[in-house]
Amino acid sequence: MNIHEFQAKELLQAYDAPTPAGGVASSPEQARAVAEQYPAARWAVKAQIHAGARGKAGGVKIAADLQQVAEFSAQILGRNLVTHQTGPAGLPVSQVLVEAVTPIKHEYYLSLALDRAAERLLFIASADGGMDIEETALHAPERIVRLWLHPAAGLQPFHGRAIAAVLGLGKEQQATLQRILSAMVALYLDKDATQIEINPLAQTEQGDLLVLDAKINFDDNALALHPDILALRDASQEDERETLAKQHELSYITLDGNIGCMVNGAGLAMATMDIVKLQGGAPANFLDVGGGATKERVTEAFKLILSDSAVKAVLVNIFGGIVRCDIIAAGILAAVEEMHLTLPVVVRLEGANAAEGLEMLNNSGLGLHAAGDLNAAAALAVSLAEAK
Amino acid sequence: MSILVDNDTRLICQGITGKQGSFHSEQALAYGTRLLGGVTPGRGGSSHLDLPVFDTVREAVAATGANATMIYVPPFFAADAILEAADAGVALIVCITEGIPVLHMLRAKAAVRDSGSRLIGPNCPGVITPGQCKIGIMPGYIHQPGKIGIVSRSGTLTYEAVRQTTLEGLGQSTCVGIGGDPIRGMDFIDVLRLFQQDPQTEAIVMVGEIGGDSEERAAEFIRSKVTKPVVGYIAGRTAPPGKRMGHAGAIISGGGGAADKIQALAAAGVSVVDSPADIGAALREFF
Repeated sequence: MNIHEFQAKELLQAYDAPTPAGGVASSPEQARAVAEQYPAARWAVKAQIHAGARGKAGGVKIAADLQQVAEFSAQILGRNLVTHQTGPAGLPVSQVLVEAVTPIKHEYYLSLALDRAAERLLFIASADGGMDIEETALHAPERIVRLWLHPAAGLQPFHGRAIAAVLGLGKEQQATLQRILSAMVALYLDKDATQIEINPLAQTEQGDLLVLDAKINFDDNALALHPDILALRDASQEDERETLAKQHELSYITLDGNIGCMVNGAGLAMATMDIVKLQGGAPANFLDVGGGATKERVTEAFKLILSDSAVKAVLVNIFGGIVRCDIIAAGILAAVEEMHLTLPVVVRLEGANAAEGLEMLNNSGLGLHAAGDLNAAAALAVSLAEAK
Repeated sequence: MSILVDNDTRLICQGITGKQGSFHSEQALAYGTRLLGGVTPGRGGSSHLDLPVFDTVREAVAATGANATMIYVPPFFAADAILEAADAGVALIVCITEGIPVLHMLRAKAAVRDSGSRLIGPNCPGVITPGQCKIGIMPGYIHQPGKIGIVSRSGTLTYEAVRQTTLEGLGQSTCVGIGGDPIRGMDFIDVLRLFQQDPQTEAIVMVGEIGGDSEERAAEFIRSKVTKPVVGYIAGRTAPPGKRMGHAGAIISGGGGAADKIQALAAAGVSVVDSPADIGAALREFF
């Protein structure tokens, strides 16, 4: 799960990491009031969306007076901000973060995430902040340091010393750096984060360290353990269908093709998308209905697929494991009948009683296309979508 | 031969009285697996499916001589169950549970690594040696004893591979589902090493997917250590970056994309197929 920048900063601050003075606002008047509360020469007005690259897209502005804070907020609030990370539709801005601007001497990069290969948490720090860490890794690998945390030993002072050395920090900043590292580790472990990225971490002209921007992701599997984190969810920033799918325990992701896919198992669902592509088509979605594939789940899955108007044909691919194919076929038939489906549906069933299941589909009179072979089923769905 | 499990495997089930544990224990018994008992804290001394139930894994091991366990407990209790099994010295721990928080696994895996136990999973279909021992949620009837070793990160995609090797008349030595989570027990390399040493296994099918770099590391291992033919398939070449594709491990972010994996495997001499429907045909080339 993603959260907003202001929420990430509030969490980090609660763990004793230094963040700029400021607050969140959902109207120009509120924004002005926040700025008044934190006197400064200039204020940053930052659009709050679940995506980066806001600055280049006009979602971050520097105001020179209170009037400008209100003006910029009015420009940013209530519209969809399109950045190169949001997709063409953009994301709605309903809040801005207003912060007092402190003159900055230098910007750094600092993150904590899981290194899957090492099976340890990993700090990545770079002397070049504010830019893409992947870029720095490619062009100036010597400016990046990687430090792993032993699962039993955890954070040690040497982590701080090693990062300070690469960032070129003086002795006076090392204590603050250690405080920030400590906040990151504690927050990560307490709340089951999957990534904490501070980019940039800034050194002010006075020599203080400050979390200038922060991005935190949380482990979906652990959200039930953390109601305080779950409460930070902003559904307006998430795909509506993906949210709906989660409520029905379906795993769904919108893609931009026209062949709706319904599959049991994540690996098989990805493989089905790949085969559709291989046959010259484009999948409209990833959808894993899970092992059960009952009538209820299949019905909900069909609803999701059909709510996407781009879908011209549906490909159902089920490998009946423990559940018999004739039972799955009955579920599909009931769902198709209930939904009054008019789009072409190709069903590929494999597993126990597959022949009986396919026969039921063929004899249903509902215009379903039953197929045994995976490649052939995908090819058929692609040609039916093209004919539509 | 075969790897990991066979007729001599003595199995217990953690979470045997739960819905999943109960159902799949029955299936394992029906397949002929030597399932000898189960563990459910608070239910010790009772019996379930005509098997003794114990409060702790230590008690279950002492009474049954179990050397393997299958875990069907809910996600927030699974790491504890894995650690308890490792503490009791169970040689093979198969964790089927899906949805375990990754930090739970981070700690559990570190402890398992320091124990003498082997872990398969979590979030996996399990392990089966056809005709001998089934531990997991895979449908037993699609399998057939034979000469192909199968290792996979995906559940239903494993069944595709199994079915095709059965239809080709090749059968399987052992099938191992290593699971779709970012932190898991045995990885491709651990299983490939066993298949390479196993005289019954004449060829290997490896099914990977996007995310992480296990496939790339496996490719390097295959290049230097595996002399048996390997057929590979990687799922997720059309997946958009940054999106989680059902499996927590299946997310492309900075490498770990399908193209890199396919290229690494092909360069290691693996016969990589474009569609999982072609696995059987690719294997036929070697026999």
